[in-house]
Amino acid sequence: MRRATWLVPTLYIIFLMLPIYWLLNMSFKTTNEILGTFSLWPQRFTLENYITIFTDPTWYMGYVNSLIYVTINTLLSVSVALPAAYAFSRYSFIGDKHLFFWLLTNRMAPAAVFALPIFQLYSAVGLFDTHLAVALAHTLFNIPLAVWILEGFMSGVPKELDDTAYVDGYSFGRFFVRIFIPTIAAGIGVAAFFCFMFSWVELLLAKTLTAVEAKPIAATMTRTASTSGYELGLLAAAGSLTLVPGAVVVYFVRNYIAKGFALGRV
Amino acid sequence: MNKTVNQKAWFFVLPVLALVAFNAIIPLMTVVNYSLQETFGDNVFFWAGTQWFQDVLGSERFHAALGRQLLFTFTILVIEIPLGVAIALAMPRTGPWVSVCLVMMALPLLIPWNVVGAMWNIFALPDIGLLGHTLNALGWDYNFTRNPGDAWMTVILMDVWHWTSLVVLLAYAGLVSIPDAYYQAAKIDGARPWAIFRYIQLPKMKRVLTIAILLRFMDSFNIYTEPFVLTGGGPGNSTTLLSIDLVKVALGQFDLGPAAAMSLIYFLIILLFSWIFYAVMTRNEEW
Repeated sequence: MRRATWLVPTLYIIFLMLPIYWLLNMSFKTTNEILGTFSLWPQRFTLENYITIFTDPTWYMGYVNSLIYVTINTLLSVSVALPAAYAFSRYSFIGDKHLFFWLLTNRMAPAAVFALPIFQLYSAVGLFDTHLAVALAHTLFNIPLAVWILEGFMSGVPKELDDTAYVDGYSFGRFFVRIFIPTIAAGIGVAAFFCFMFSWVELLLAKTLTAVEAKPIAATMTRTASTSGYELGLLAAAGSLTLVPGAVVVYFVRNYIAKGFALGRV
Repeated sequence: MNKTVNQKAWFFVLPVLALVAFNAIIPLMTVVNYSLQETFGDNVFFWAGTQWFQDVLGSERFHAALGRQLLFTFTILVIEIPLGVAIALAMPRTGPWVSVCLVMMALPLLIPWNVVGAMWNIFALPDIGLLGHTLNALGWDYNFTRNPGDAWMTVILMDVWHWTSLVVLLAYAGLVSIPDAYYQAAKIDGARPWAIFRYIQLPKMKRVLTIAILLRFMDSFNIYTEPFVLTGGGPGNSTTLLSIDLVKVALGQFDLGPAAAMSLIYFLIILLFSWIFYAVMTRNEEW
């Protein structure tokens, strides 16, 4: 009984990898081969789909655009969430609990509800079709999440750390930057990971707020269906490439994920 | 932790408040505005009172979409939570395989949602997809673009594929935080695996499982992109969940009033369920 436990995660991982394998498999085929024959691996292996993506700016700029707004969003969300989480974990002030719950309700708001009014809002302030617009719009659900995660981590740090630093003559700013932030570095890593993740995978708002200049890769992909027929090979290659940034990020934070959840309140 | 009373802490919260309020309150007020007015275009609006709310609450279409949504959310919770816990329990606690497991399991979480939909579409197509082709070869007349039952199965399988890992990661984090001493004590007492699970592991996972259930509930209620790309809400309306229906009304037919009223009702339902669940789960605890 005890010996067979490795089977469960193994079967699960095989289940996870099957659709991914199928996507990769198709990305190395021509569209004609995909539609013509059913085969478990490419019969005539081709890199043509990838070459198209890397040589056509309308394709590769999609990746660049996505990475730009995801990065802005992650930096912005974490940096404004840090002081707020500190306030929630250390001080009590009028309305603190209500404010915390209100922040979390925004994590629950369906993007479909906000898509149209957010489009009108960002058009009105002249930010439509900029990277900043998408980055700002994604703070709607990423800031509450970052505050939630960081508050959990900060509450795990004893308050004596703050007091000792003040006794030693640290000003608040120096204490926060030199001592407190290094102490909760793992929490910041976890919060940044989740901000990256939810901004990278979201499409509805990103697509609504962009037209040409800041169009995300995920939206670029939808055009393969409309313009020159249904280019499945190209679609599969573009999809395969969207796996790369996520895989890189998750590799770097792999040790923090499990630890981070356990330490934080998340 | 005993907290210091300090009203100046508001200054720390101000940037967060300003940003979230900009994104949340202005659009929310826009939605409230639309929900109470009638327009025939040209930016001319007439007061409509609560008419849209009555229309939506009384409409067959909304009831059907809400019913499908509840069935969907219930089904995926019943599958994903126990499955996630079971996988987390079976995962190794130490050694090189931990990283391998974590990285591979986290992968589906980091794929853009429309890619998830597109990936499952080409995976499940009856002629060229691995899943669809295999099922048909086994003698099952499987076609998710034609049979509502197959469409449901595919949408649920896709969600299980996409999100079970989140439950696994959370449950696993709860498990590794249990000190070894607990297991040693249980061993000395001769506790059975079930007793260890029921009295040590489950209570220690309660907090992370609460978060897992809350996140899965909220996100599955908001789900839009993946089923829209996979099935487009069809065949017919069989997989038209609440968000898909809402976007059809708002952007497809441009019925701003009913769409706004529907949005608010929809948001309130999520809020209510989450609040009840949160209150029940944290009843005996100080958070």
